[in-house]
Amino acid sequence: MTTPLKERLVQLEVLRYNPDTDTEAHFQRYEVVCQEEWVVLDALNKVKADIDPTLNYRWSCHMAVCGSCGMMINGEPKLSCHAFLRSYEGVIRVEPLAHFPIERDLVTAPDDFMEKLKRVKPYVISKQKKPIEEGEHKQTPAQLMKFRQYSMCINCMLCYAACPEYGLEPEFIGPAALTLAHRYNLDSRDGGRKERQEVAATLEGVWTCTFVGACSEVCPAHVDPASALQQMKITSSIDWIVEHLIPGGKS
Amino acid sequence: METITTDVAIIGAGGAGLRAAIALAETAPQLRIALISKVYPMRSHTCAAEGGAAGVIKPDDSFDLHFDDTVGGGDWLSDQDCVEYFIHEAPKELLQLEHWGCPWNREADGSVAVRPFGGMKKKRTWFAADKSGFHILHTLFQTSLQFPTITRFDEYYALDLLVDDGRCQGVTAMEMRSGELRQFHARAVIIAGGGAGRMFPFSTNGAIKTGDGMAMAYRAGAPLKDMEFVQYHPTGLPNTGSLLTEACRGEGGVLVNKHGRRYLQDYGMGPETPLGQPQLKTMELGPRDRVSQAYWHELQKGNTVTTQWGECVLLDMRHLGEKKINERLPLVRELADAYLGVDIVKDAVPIRPVVHYMMGGISTNTAAATPLPGLFAAGECACVSLNGANRLGSNSLVELLVFGRRAALSAIEHIADLPAPNAAALKVGADATAKRIGELFSGSDGTESMSGLRKEMQDTMEKNVGIYRTEAGLQEGVAKIHELRQRYRKVKLTDKSSVFNTDLFQVLELGSMLDCAEAVTVGALARKESRGAHQRLDYVERDDRNFLRHTMVHHQGLDMPRVDYLDVVITKSPPGVRDYSGDHK
Repeated sequence: MTTPLKERLVQLEVLRYNPDTDTEAHFQRYEVVCQEEWVVLDALNKVKADIDPTLNYRWSCHMAVCGSCGMMINGEPKLSCHAFLRSYEGVIRVEPLAHFPIERDLVTAPDDFMEKLKRVKPYVISKQKKPIEEGEHKQTPAQLMKFRQYSMCINCMLCYAACPEYGLEPEFIGPAALTLAHRYNLDSRDGGRKERQEVAATLEGVWTCTFVGACSEVCPAHVDPASALQQMKITSSIDWIVEHLIPGGKS
Repeated sequence: METITTDVAIIGAGGAGLRAAIALAETAPQLRIALISKVYPMRSHTCAAEGGAAGVIKPDDSFDLHFDDTVGGGDWLSDQDCVEYFIHEAPKELLQLEHWGCPWNREADGSVAVRPFGGMKKKRTWFAADKSGFHILHTLFQTSLQFPTITRFDEYYALDLLVDDGRCQGVTAMEMRSGELRQFHARAVIIAGGGAGRMFPFSTNGAIKTGDGMAMAYRAGAPLKDMEFVQYHPTGLPNTGSLLTEACRGEGGVLVNKHGRRYLQDYGMGPETPLGQPQLKTMELGPRDRVSQAYWHELQKGNTVTTQWGECVLLDMRHLGEKKINERLPLVRELADAYLGVDIVKDAVPIRPVVHYMMGGISTNTAAATPLPGLFAAGECACVSLNGANRLGSNSLVELLVFGRRAALSAIEHIADLPAPNAAALKVGADATAKRIGELFSGSDGTESMSGLRKEMQDTMEKNVGIYRTEAGLQEGVAKIHELRQRYRKVKLTDKSSVFNTDLFQVLELGSMLDCAEAVTVGALARKESRGAHQRLDYVERDDRNFLRHTMVHHQGLDMPRVDYLDVVITKSPPGVRDYSGDHK
């Protein structure tokens, strides 16, 4: 345990864009001495502190839970605080998250995601309002486990950057927002599925998804949005059958 | 400068700010709410809290016990009227979150589960695995989306409070995306801007925790209270400082030195408890101040383990087994594996104490009101005197909720008969902000580097204002921070662009941290006693005759701040002995 930390010269190739002065984006090369155990974010922080204060990116927690530091690293969506230098050889290329407009350098505008998140109504829509004085809703561990995985989304938007459908069809509500809709649909305290289906069970909703599964591959929180979307397709198909094929059926 | 007129402006959209916004929207739907934050709400540092939130819910527990644990844990520096209010509101707030969908862990019968936590005599910590803060933050944020009266101003960096007629009536802020300044006119302002742990080099705190809210209130004339009480969490990863939750020990993890000895028994927290059978309020479930201080003594004695990341002790959770670890501590397992290469199922993990939480902050009373009329504060940025000299783990997530809501109710009451702000008078303050920012951009004589000053500040804080403090060290700390504040006037802004200029925000954040650091050092030098998280090697005893008082630090521009004191509110628990000896049935 007492061996000294290994150092390594890291070369970063970072996309730069300043709308004040640049007509188009360009790459800038930095060389910085890093510790072998560092993450890409540590390398960026060293560049900013010691070499170039004008480099811009978001970060905060450095433990993969705040979701601020999503970027493309060698072409893959990653949290830079969870992208270990030991996983990369040669020049590391760092770009802003794909499929979102660039504000500046590695900072993208998440407005589209924020608007879509709101549209799916990601909050409990009570079946019956229960006063606080009556205590908690009973929810068994099994009922909790039905939705818990889908409540782990940190809103980092890596899944949007990975999703080929979102790249082609920006109207697509997308993996994270739909998964959060599903999370509330599955919650034993909730009665809002029908309201959410008005957004989720449409062509902009789950039916745009072609089950490529890239969202689940890149998710740093192991949420598995692809499985949520497949489950949603099944339930909305059942809705359709109940409504159209079963006599007297009404979803 | 564009003016945005609102009724209540909230600065900070973490747990406290969101809870305040929802309480305002629910209670007073006629009011306009501006929720201003330098980050998108779900990036707020509430998300990094792991262990859980304390509230009396089980039949074997009582309000009196939660009261006693909190007051004793705080070494009698808590205001007892505040603690009383807090413990009664706590379960209501946690139930409210349950109704909003928070995925609390459950017992087999479907009721909410609770876990043991340090310094608590009963199991009363509600938890959502080891991502409790994350789930609380996202539940609040998602719930807030249904209220049309909450207008969010995401990525607006708040700059200065606007004060007229003796009342706080707004705030200036920069839209980070455009670099444009805005003035918010409001009849009440709530600050919920979080702590300032980044003034130290080794901290669990995210990059955003730079004390902007505290400094803003301080500059506007509201005093900072008890800033010298800085909590070290006993178990941080030695390289990144990432938090390994106290729930590690709540679930049965133990701390051992290089000889394999559970050393806490040597520091008044014994006798040793059987492995895998954690007992409440003793050994590894002692309070954070005592457990972190024990590390320091082990370090002096040469009992720590030398690692490539420095001196450590070991947190051993192997006996919990893989199943329990995966169910109760999945994030801890992932963090230790990813950042340190240690699988806690197979190996003990090296850890050391790390700066975690500011007990001090903007002085508020139980109504979440500051001495400046119209200004309210809640959460870590505030010092409502719940936590006294040492916060118990799992009280702060509840504090966000209880006092976030209370700040909203107080703001509603405050503005009931108030006239609209006087726009012409507020313009004076807004112009001052514009001048201050303009000078940073136009100045060509900046000679001090931002990152250089920041490093000197952090090194000073670590060296002189750590777990144990001395007169000479604190004098050096006070002098150095004061010098840095003077040198900060010559700070160089390298980036002169308007769009998302993080060089500018880091310069501004450094200014906030220096103001806070001065209050910490000055308060620590003046408090010649040892209490809770403030330990002096030269004044080793608690001194209730002279220091059963809150330190109040008042900003004096570039001069040294003024210090005075406020009596602690004692209602029913006179100062006593903190007993974590395990013999307290």
